[in-house]
Amino acid sequence: MMAERLAVPKTFKLYIGGKFPRTKSGRTIRVAHRDERIIAHVGRASRDDLAAAVAAARGAQGAWANATAYLRGQIMYRMAEMLDGKHEEFTSLLASTVPGGIRRARKEVGAAVDRLVCFAGWTDKFSHVLAGCNPVAGPYDNVTVPEAVGVTAVIAPDEEPLLALVSLIAPPLCVGNTIVALGSGAHPLATCVFGEVCATSDVPPGVVNLLTGMRSELIPHIAHHRDIDAIHAANLPKSQRQVLRAGAAENIKRVTVHKLAADAWYDDNACHNPWLIEPFVEMKTTWRPVGA
Amino acid sequence: MPITAVDSVMVEAEAAAFAKRSVKGEAATQGMRMALSMLDLTTLEGKDSPQKVRALCRKAVQPCGAMPDLPHVAAVCVYPAFVALAKRELDGTGVRVASVATAFPSGQYPLSVRLADVRAVVDAGADEVDMVINRGAFLAGDRETVSDEIRRVKETCAGAHLKVILETGELETYENIRRASDLAIEAGADFIKTSTGKIKPAATMPVVLVMLHAIRDHYLRTGCMIGMKPAGGISTAGAALSYLVMVKETLGDAWLTPDCFRFGASSLANDLLRQLARQATGSDTAKYDFSEA
Amino acid sequence: MTAQSTRQPELSFGSAWRYADAPDSTPIEIAHRYGHFIDGEFVEPADGKHIATINPATDEPISDIAAGDESDVDRAVRAARAAQAKWARTKPRERAKYLFRIARRIQERAHELAVLETKDAGTPIRESRDLHIPLAAQHFFYNAGWADKLRYAFAVASPRPVGVCGQIIPAGAPLLMAARKLAPALACGNTCILKPSELSSLVVLRLAEILQEVELPPGVVNIVTGGAKTGEALAAHTGLRAISFTGSTETGKRIARAAAETGARVTLQLSGKSPNIVFADASLDQAIEGAVQGVFFSRGLSCCAGARLLVEEPILGEIVRKLKIRMATIRVGDPLDKNTDVGPLACKQQLDTIKAYLKTACDASAQLHETSASPLPKKGSWCRPTLLTDVHPSDVACREEIPGPVLAVMTFRTPDEAIAQANDTPFGLAAGVWTDKGSKGREIANRLKAGVVWCNTYHKFDAASPVGGCRESGLGREGGIQGLRPYVEFS
Repeated sequence: MMAERLAVPKTFKLYIGGKFPRTKSGRTIRVAHRDERIIAHVGRASRDDLAAAVAAARGAQGAWANATAYLRGQIMYRMAEMLDGKHEEFTSLLASTVPGGIRRARKEVGAAVDRLVCFAGWTDKFSHVLAGCNPVAGPYDNVTVPEAVGVTAVIAPDEEPLLALVSLIAPPLCVGNTIVALGSGAHPLATCVFGEVCATSDVPPGVVNLLTGMRSELIPHIAHHRDIDAIHAANLPKSQRQVLRAGAAENIKRVTVHKLAADAWYDDNACHNPWLIEPFVEMKTTWRPVGA
Repeated sequence: MPITAVDSVMVEAEAAAFAKRSVKGEAATQGMRMALSMLDLTTLEGKDSPQKVRALCRKAVQPCGAMPDLPHVAAVCVYPAFVALAKRELDGTGVRVASVATAFPSGQYPLSVRLADVRAVVDAGADEVDMVINRGAFLAGDRETVSDEIRRVKETCAGAHLKVILETGELETYENIRRASDLAIEAGADFIKTSTGKIKPAATMPVVLVMLHAIRDHYLRTGCMIGMKPAGGISTAGAALSYLVMVKETLGDAWLTPDCFRFGASSLANDLLRQLARQATGSDTAKYDFSEA
Repeated sequence: MTAQSTRQPELSFGSAWRYADAPDSTPIEIAHRYGHFIDGEFVEPADGKHIATINPATDEPISDIAAGDESDVDRAVRAARAAQAKWARTKPRERAKYLFRIARRIQERAHELAVLETKDAGTPIRESRDLHIPLAAQHFFYNAGWADKLRYAFAVASPRPVGVCGQIIPAGAPLLMAARKLAPALACGNTCILKPSELSSLVVLRLAEILQEVELPPGVVNIVTGGAKTGEALAAHTGLRAISFTGSTETGKRIARAAAETGARVTLQLSGKSPNIVFADASLDQAIEGAVQGVFFSRGLSCCAGARLLVEEPILGEIVRKLKIRMATIRVGDPLDKNTDVGPLACKQQLDTIKAYLKTACDASAQLHETSASPLPKKGSWCRPTLLTDVHPSDVACREEIPGPVLAVMTFRTPDEAIAQANDTPFGLAAGVWTDKGSKGREIANRLKAGVVWCNTYHKFDAASPVGGCRESGLGREGGIQGLRPYVEFS
């Protein structure tokens, strides 16, 4: 009889500019299974990795924002399709480190898929809802339209590591922002594999960049990086929130920090509405004279 | 001359529509042979040598030994230093010798130097002169200077055909390209040509369409036929066919000859040969099936 | 090279280089007979009657479709009513997913659908492949996203579905027309009975197969085929809460009267005689291209065709000369050929109508110019793109909708004259303005009576952008956020 086949486990890496590099620092975070086996050493991103990710995001931003809303929608829907295709893999990865077992994990993956579907649908609708024609007192056509802010840093919490990550990425992404996301440090595996979803969904390289690392270490760098335009985070302790806001003041970053209980991530009413998108757009008003 | 507005979105859509024409089978073969015969086989590199130019001339006369019935190309296009050599190599073959002059590609030399450049290639026997316009003067609004310089070059050509390169990639807008086309035609260009090949973007379908419109309007006004030469960036047989479709449907049959339409390209020749061989034999070719020169 | 010619400068578009025939030869399965699609299944018509559907390019029958009567319509309405409550209760997020599935399946089967539309409706493959089918998919994709966002779409409280909707669409661009109506209706939680034109039902019946494939719950969409009688039976059915119709103004008025009795809400997309206004400062080459595409290449969506070209007087000569040059390269013929620009008419009757209009125009004073490139096929009904000059605003050919590729050219001298002429019609569907001066374009656009105004472009469509007419061109909009409005009520 043949010996049992030895599995070929995955090396978990960062996702920057459409590639899967190792961290420049060479440091890793040790990931333990709930049964205490060490199952992986994921990259512990450094300030240099953050800088590389921001540069990639900046390079990709113009084209992503200028892509048609319909195309962005189809790409985000494709992300949902790819994520659903990896349902089993994500379920077992999440269940291996997050308390609550397989059933909880499966529910989380399903909700993450649906969230992507929802925001795929927002790409070509947020303008309807957020834009307006302004009845100015003069011979002008005057319209106000929302445009993407630019590069958005996402800082995901440890609770619901995949669902929260997706929920924080999707709103800024759908309007044309590019993303540098720092996934959960406690449960980093889903973040790493989410890069594979992006890489197989026609998401242009640099549009989504995913880092795993220590929040406490990277938050000051995120706060002070002058080429980051907005920050989307959740469930940060007060001290980190303050660091973020103080640093962000330097180049007037738009900072949005939610506080959500684990259950709330599953609430469509709370997580699907356009006011989650609104912090990541700038309103542009144009005046055009009317007269033959 | 009236300023003609050009709407970029529409002209780009219009040009894209030509690329959707389906040209298959016999029509493709005929089109590719035509494209080959319209080719200005070009080498414009600092590392060009007599050996390379000789090889290019050989290829111009007989593009592919295995397909001896193919037409020769229209011209070889070389730097001034190689005109005399090319002229000797091509004597009696029907392939013309074109040379870039006027301090190609920038043109940023005194007019006297540029005219001397032209005189030198004409004296060396060039049949065709490819000049560059003064883009700096054009963009500064000094159309007189641009125009005068083209006239002086035309005089100096003494019968050699003058192709005027607009360097459309530097003019940027379609309106500029249209105005420069009109200006070059008025000043005596025999051909208008898009690019030097040294600046990106070089030839594109919408840019060429705008230039074809200028040629058409001049013809409708005067009955005088000006030639068109897109250059740079056209490297596949499919792209060449799309350009020919555009010419056919914009200017009509009379322009579908090497007298009125040229391709300035270096790698296009081999793709045409590749696709012609594929049409003839039914098999796809390998990269090494055709010589590079 | 320079060649001074002694003859009059004229361009010749002849045979120096001909494109070979390029028919799309993709084989398509077509059953020899189709029933209605009711309650998730294909069913035979109650009285067993079928009618032939023909390929308008060859006049050859392709298949037989069911000819619906009152009892078929009634059966479909009952199925839709039965399915309505559950569909409306289905989680919006899940409703969205069904629509996304439909969009993706249309994209996957796009080529098949395009060829089928071309065979059945005569749309040139270029247009069905590049325009109609992709747009149909976009309508489903776009509206799918609305299903779970309706509460953000309207300023007032919460929208709810209207209920059972009847939908009647014309022969041109059948799948696109179906998508424009079905997608928003379904996103909003309504159930539908759709009646396609008997001239082009097959691609809509193919959509029914897709609905089965994506497991859309039975009864949510029902398709009843047949002619005018079937449409009348549907319009008069008391079980409808809303009726949406695209077609002629004449029939639209009948639908509106029938709905007045049943109390159903009405949405109408009707005829037009849309003006395309060209100022002397316009980008003329593009304006000409826009005029050509707007009226000649648009058989399928001809309600928005720019049938009146209003030209600033000084440039009339240049425009007409260049229009004729442009028309010389328009290719009329086999719609399956990838190089065909203009295909056959939908039926013989249409040709007779066009001929009558052209005769009246010529009897008055009109000069007629038509493309003459290639000989027309012997079978089928064909009309070459036709230019009418020396016509006047009061001529019948300039006032009434001619159902074919006919362009009437007139002149104006000032912006006020242009506006007056453009608006001098009972219609108000679409309009085009060509000028290089931004403020003038806006002024004209503001003063035009039209549901859609295209500035320096023509005949552009998108699922996110509403279309529809004012005055006798219709009621309500399709597409965009406004396209949801016919399918919701506010509580």
